Amino acid sequence: MSYELIGIAVLWIFLYGYLIVASIDFGAGFFAFYAKITKKDHIVSQLISRYLSPVWEITNVFFVFFFVGVVGFFPDTAYYYGSALLVPASFAIVLLAIRGSFYAFENYGSKQSTVYLFLYGATGLLIPASLSVALTLSEGGFIVEENGAVRLQYLELFTSPLSWSIVALALVSVLFISATFLTFYANRANDQPALNLVRNYALFWSTPTIIAALTAFIFLSQHNERHFNNMMDLWWMLGLSVGFFMVAMWLLYSERNYGLAFVSVMLQFFFAFFAYGIGHYPYILDPYITIQEGATNPAMGIALVVAFLGGLVLLIPSLILVFRLFLFDADYVKGKK
Amino acid sequence: MELDTVLMSRLLTALTLGFHIIFATIGVGVPLMISIAEFIGIRKKDPHYTMLARRWTRGFIITVAIGVVTGTAIGLQLSLVWPNFMQVAGNVIALPLFMEVFAFFFEAIFLGIYLYTWDRFKPFTHWLMSLPIVLGAGMSAVFITTVNGFMNTPDGFEVENGQFVAVNPIEAMLNAATPTKVFHVLSSAYLTAAALLAAIAAFMILKKKASDYHKKSLKLMMTMVFLFGALNVLAGDVSAKFLAEHQPEKLAAAEWHFETEEGADLILFGWLNDAHEVRGEIRIPNFLSFLAHGDFNAEVTGLEETPQEYWPPLWVHYMFDLMVMIGFALVGISLLFLVFSWFKRWNEHNRPLLWLIVASGPLAFLAIEFGWIYAEEGRQPWIIRGYMTVEEAATTSPYIGWMLLLFLGLYIVLGTACVVVLRKLFRNNPAEDELEKHYPGIEKGDHS
Repeated sequence: MSYELIGIAVLWIFLYGYLIVASIDFGAGFFAFYAKITKKDHIVSQLISRYLSPVWEITNVFFVFFFVGVVGFFPDTAYYYGSALLVPASFAIVLLAIRGSFYAFENYGSKQSTVYLFLYGATGLLIPASLSVALTLSEGGFIVEENGAVRLQYLELFTSPLSWSIVALALVSVLFISATFLTFYANRANDQPALNLVRNYALFWSTPTIIAALTAFIFLSQHNERHFNNMMDLWWMLGLSVGFFMVAMWLLYSERNYGLAFVSVMLQFFFAFFAYGIGHYPYILDPYITIQEGATNPAMGIALVVAFLGGLVLLIPSLILVFRLFLFDADYVKGKK
Repeated sequence: MELDTVLMSRLLTALTLGFHIIFATIGVGVPLMISIAEFIGIRKKDPHYTMLARRWTRGFIITVAIGVVTGTAIGLQLSLVWPNFMQVAGNVIALPLFMEVFAFFFEAIFLGIYLYTWDRFKPFTHWLMSLPIVLGAGMSAVFITTVNGFMNTPDGFEVENGQFVAVNPIEAMLNAATPTKVFHVLSSAYLTAAALLAAIAAFMILKKKASDYHKKSLKLMMTMVFLFGALNVLAGDVSAKFLAEHQPEKLAAAEWHFETEEGADLILFGWLNDAHEVRGEIRIPNFLSFLAHGDFNAEVTGLEETPQEYWPPLWVHYMFDLMVMIGFALVGISLLFLVFSWFKRWNEHNRPLLWLIVASGPLAFLAIEFGWIYAEEGRQPWIIRGYMTVEEAATTSPYIGWMLLLFLGLYIVLGTACVVVLRKLFRNNPAEDELEKHYPGIEKGDHS
């Protein structure tokens, strides 16, 4: 396997990791706010903050890892995406900055306030919406290079049904993933009232997730036929994705095995996300950057892969330690520690 | 109207970095101080030191949050504002950027653990959790500094038809500037963190009565200021010797040293007239030769040997002088404190000395900013010295000016919120009350 394929595979796995952990985080923000305005905050806020407090920074690093890695393995992305995305990415940075710092201020600093919860909830939806734009752009047709200058065609972007359907998919997916995770976490904490509430959220957001996914898929077929056909060739991955969605729904309905339900949701998104990614091959930005031509030189590529393996040796045991302390330690989850 | 996008790009990056390095310095330096305090607390079985570590951590985490989000901002802005630089440099210098993320990842994981396990782990185990934080923070600084080193003395590649080929990522990382830069960045970060914490302790002693808690904090941190201050002077010295050899125009610009000569004088402050003659300066004979080569009669390369279009701006002289002045002043103040506390009859907690220590906190941060401005401006007009100018590297986007305003607003909000939150956090919760709550009967010397 060539280093550029290893590179894109690793990055895609990390982006998937970010998709899951960030969805939990973003969705939790929205639910915390929603619970506050529907006067149910006493039921869930404790649960949400117990999980999020130790991990919010880790979530952020997944994202940093992804974009630093992309620019490392594929320096051309810095030129095209960097030039085109100055404005939207700057807004995303501002939203991330406000969310991250105000979360810390509130959590470690002072008492709860509704303004803060509103910021936390609103950014939880705006950030995935703005980040999902990068996926739309990669389909081609929105970033153009003329006379040596790269620019983003805002009008095309904002009037594209594909772009809005991807935004919609991002939003409902965030809420669905997050609600399923919180159901699992509430169950571990033996917190029955919270469990009932977040389980309802999970059931509520399941159907929109599938509808949004289908809609986005249809608009993709109109916008980028090549990508759509490639994905159809991976029909078995899409089938597995739907299959795991059904498993998750069944488990949530029959009120058991919430851990497995969350794993099923993770697998549902895993297969969908990888079918999308593999179908995108070989383009990183259609038609300007391909994985082969956009890759860095072999010396750097191999150095990055080696550094990555070395990094994993450090990170995996550390992550296991975190999960054992805060996710799988029943006493901690129940609030006894 | 065609605004100067290059200038706007530089201002935006300067704004983000100028704000970020305050928090990055705290992020690198303070964990070491926390770790030392916690360790002393365990060794001496003295709850005062444990409480120091606890309270510093609580304040620290607020600054970490801003460090993280502004670090994310600069990480993305490198590509957004300097797309051409990242496209070219990414081929050569991506490795340390990538490893920096790992180091930071490692630090973030253990910071989460450290914060939430004060009462879950045994004291010694908990202290062990601080080590990966110190290490991760330090390594982040090392990796990022190698990138800055590369921009000053690029290495590890050859140029063929405008492309960087025959890349050696390790050589690029370990370029000529790396050793001295890393040394100076780390020593100054630890120095500044200690100066900050000492300033807080001195301020508390001035405002309220001198409690054992604050006295111990002050003594410990002033010792650290002296230790890292001395190391930092050494780091500055070897940095100057590096510049003299590898980047002579940067040192020459800082010293207004126009003509190559032996036995060159060190010039402090002053101003330049139109003919580039130095006026009103303080002159220390032959000291520039000593600073540059360790020999009072050595030859020091002057700016005349660099074409004028590649001269750095000459005002960096003031940045350099101010940085050096503060660096020495911090060593002086800490030495004074240590001498006063050595002689039993002298009172090291006298008001003038305490006020000097309070001032040394902000001064240390100013020195960091001056030193950083000198390091960046001294490289101008290059972004990769000898290969790419900042003008060639900048984005062509016409919206860059608006982004400058957007981020200015963001940093004003973050900076204000940070101060407000920190004040709230400690104002109504003095250390003495917290000690009493955690360790009832501490005044009687009972440490249980």
